[in-house]
Amino acid sequence: MKVNKAWLYLLPAALFLIFFMVYPLLDVLVYSVEEGYNSASQTFMGIGGYNYSYVLHDPYFMQAVSNTFILVIITVPVSTGLALLISMALNSIKKLRELFQTIYFLPYVTNTLAVGLVFMILFKKTAYTDGMVNALISIFGGGAVDFIDGPYWAKMFVLCFYTVWVVLPFKILILTSALASVNQDYYRAAKVDGASGWRVFSRITLPMISPMIFYLIITGFIGAFKAYSDAVALFGTNLNAAGMNTIVGYVYDMIYGDSGGFPSYASAAAIILFVIVLTITVINLLISRKQIHY
Amino acid sequence: MKVILQSLTKEFPSRNKRSKDVVVAVNDFTFEIPDGKLVGLLGPSGCGKSTTLNLISGLEKPTRGRVLFGDEDVTDYPPQDRGVGLVFQNYALYPHMTVFQNIIFPLQNLKGKDKLTKQQMAEKAEEAAKLVQISELMERKPSELSGGQQQRVAIARALVKRPRILLLDEPLSNLDARLRLQTREELRRIQRETGITTVFVTHDQEEAMSISDMIVVMKEGVLQQIGKPQEVYDDPVNLFVAKFLGTPPINVFNASIRDGGLYIGDERVLNVGAADSESITVGIRPEGFIPNKDGALTLQLTAVEVMGRDTSVVSVHPECVGANVRSIISADSRIANDAHKVRFDLKPEKVFMFDKQTEKRVRVDLKPIGR
Repeated sequence: MKVNKAWLYLLPAALFLIFFMVYPLLDVLVYSVEEGYNSASQTFMGIGGYNYSYVLHDPYFMQAVSNTFILVIITVPVSTGLALLISMALNSIKKLRELFQTIYFLPYVTNTLAVGLVFMILFKKTAYTDGMVNALISIFGGGAVDFIDGPYWAKMFVLCFYTVWVVLPFKILILTSALASVNQDYYRAAKVDGASGWRVFSRITLPMISPMIFYLIITGFIGAFKAYSDAVALFGTNLNAAGMNTIVGYVYDMIYGDSGGFPSYASAAAIILFVIVLTITVINLLISRKQIHY
Repeated sequence: MKVILQSLTKEFPSRNKRSKDVVVAVNDFTFEIPDGKLVGLLGPSGCGKSTTLNLISGLEKPTRGRVLFGDEDVTDYPPQDRGVGLVFQNYALYPHMTVFQNIIFPLQNLKGKDKLTKQQMAEKAEEAAKLVQISELMERKPSELSGGQQQRVAIARALVKRPRILLLDEPLSNLDARLRLQTREELRRIQRETGITTVFVTHDQEEAMSISDMIVVMKEGVLQQIGKPQEVYDDPVNLFVAKFLGTPPINVFNASIRDGGLYIGDERVLNVGAADSESITVGIRPEGFIPNKDGALTLQLTAVEVMGRDTSVVSVHPECVGANVRSIISADSRIANDAHKVRFDLKPEKVFMFDKQTEKRVRVDLKPIGR
C-alpha cells in the first residue's frame, strides 16, 4: 500500500516528464532514423542510417563539431582554473571582498545578447574604428586584427574569451563557498606541520574542494557542448557563413535556418551530440570516482 | 624542554568595529613549565587557555612578552620552526588521506638536510603508530575510525617529528565518558614513555587533576595559581580556585569572626586566631564535615544520597551562598533520612577563609572548638 501511494504522489511529475521529456527524446530518436521525412505530409520513405551518414559527411557539421570541441577544450580548463585562482584570491582578502564578489558576479545576471553587443563594440572592426581591443593592441605596436569578420583564430579567440567570461561568475560563486567551507583547523595543522604553500594547496585545499571542482568540470563540459547563443551574439545568425557554427547551431539551422526544413538531419545531429556529451560525462564520472575519496 | 612564558600578553581587537577597546585574552602571563612534565591549563571557557596554547605553538603572535623553549627565544619563530606537535580539539585529520598518509604528512614537509627517504618515513610512522597502538589501522581513512582512534592518529601525527613540546587542545572533550577515563591514562603513559614536555588545555578540573604533574588555573586571561594538583586543591589562593577545583564543589558560606571564633550564623564552628571581622567568606570542602549529633554546625537536611563507598548529605543553611550544602561522609556514619536537622563538626584543614570583597584567601590559624 505504501509503495502504491508513493507512485501516486510521483505521478504528476512523472506524467509531465513523460510527455515533455521522454516522448520528445524518443521522437527525436525516431526522426533521426526516418529517411526522407517530410514534416508537412508526415511521411517518410524508409528507415535506416542515411540521416547520420549525411550529417557526418556534411562539411558544415564537421566544422561545427570541430568548433565545439575547440571551444570545450579551451574554455572548460581555462574558466575553471581562472575561477579557482580568483576565488582563492577572494578568499584571502578581507577588505572589499563583498565588492569584488559582486563585480565578479555581474556577468551572471547580464543578458547574453547585450553582452555580445558590448563584445562586438570591443572587438569589431568597422570603417570608422578598429575597435577598443585593436586600439589597445596598436598601443603595444601590434597590427589591427578583425576579430569578428577576420581570420578563424581571431574569431575563435573572441568566442572562447566571451564564453570564459560568461561562465566564470557561477564557478567563482561555487568555489568561493567551497573554499570557505574548508575547516580552518586543517590549515592551522598544516602550518604547525610546516607544509609549504604549494603543498597546502595541492594536498589539502584541492582534495577538499575536489567534489565541487568535478561538478564544475562536468557541468562546464555539458554547457560548452551546448554552446549556441554566445556564437549568435557575436557573429550573427548566419554562423555557417562565418565558419563559427556549433553543433547546437547546426541543429537549429537544419530545422529553422535558411537551409532549414530538415528535421531528420537535425535529429541525427542532436543524437550525435547527445552521444558525445554522454560519453564525456561518463568518462568524467569514472575519473572523478577515482579521484574523490570521501 | 622547559617552556618559559615571560609577561605574555595577547590582545584581540574588539568585535565591535567602532569600539577601540581590545579584548585581553591573555594578560601578563609569567610562568615556567619544567622539562618533561605534563601540565594542564585549566579554566572555564573563555579564560584564554586555548590562546595561551596557540601562543606557545606560534599560531598566534603575542602582543607583548616572550616565549622561550629552554634558553631559546622562539617568540618570533613561525610554528613550523618551533618544533611543536599540536593536537587539535577536533583532531583536524585530513579526511582524504589514510592514517599512514596523515602521520607521514609532517615528515614529507621536511626540506634540505632533514629530508627523509620513504623508508625512513615509513619507519618513523610505524614507530609513532606503535606508541599510540594504532599499527593495524594504517590503511584506513579517518572516517572509518572511532573518535578515540582518530585522536590516537592525531597524537601520532603530532609526535612523529619528535617535537620538543607536545600541545593538546581539549584532548578529551570529544570522547564519551568511558573512553575519556581510558584515554587520559593513555595520555599519561605516552607522555611518560616519550618524556616530551606536554601542555594540554581543559575546562574539566577532574581531568586536569587526575593526570597532570602541574596545573595552571586561569580566569579571564589572568593566571590564578600554579602548582601540583593536590597542593592547589589543598591550598587555593582565592575563592575562584577553591570553587573551580573539586567535585562536588566547595560549599561557600557567609561568616564572621567574633572574639576569636568563626561564626556561621549564630554558631561558633571553629576557633580562629584573627581580629573581628564581618566580611568573611568561608569555603568548606565536602569532605570537611564530621557528623556529630552535638556538632558545631546545624543544617536543615534535604536528602541523603547513598553512593555505596560513601554517603552524600544534601542540606540547606541560610548563610550558604549556593543553593545547598553538599557533604561527603563515610557510609558507616548513618544519618536518618527522615531527620530534619543534621549537625557536623568541621575539619579545620578543609575550611578556607576568604576576604568577601577581594575573594583572596585569608590565611589564619583555624582550630576545632574545644568542648
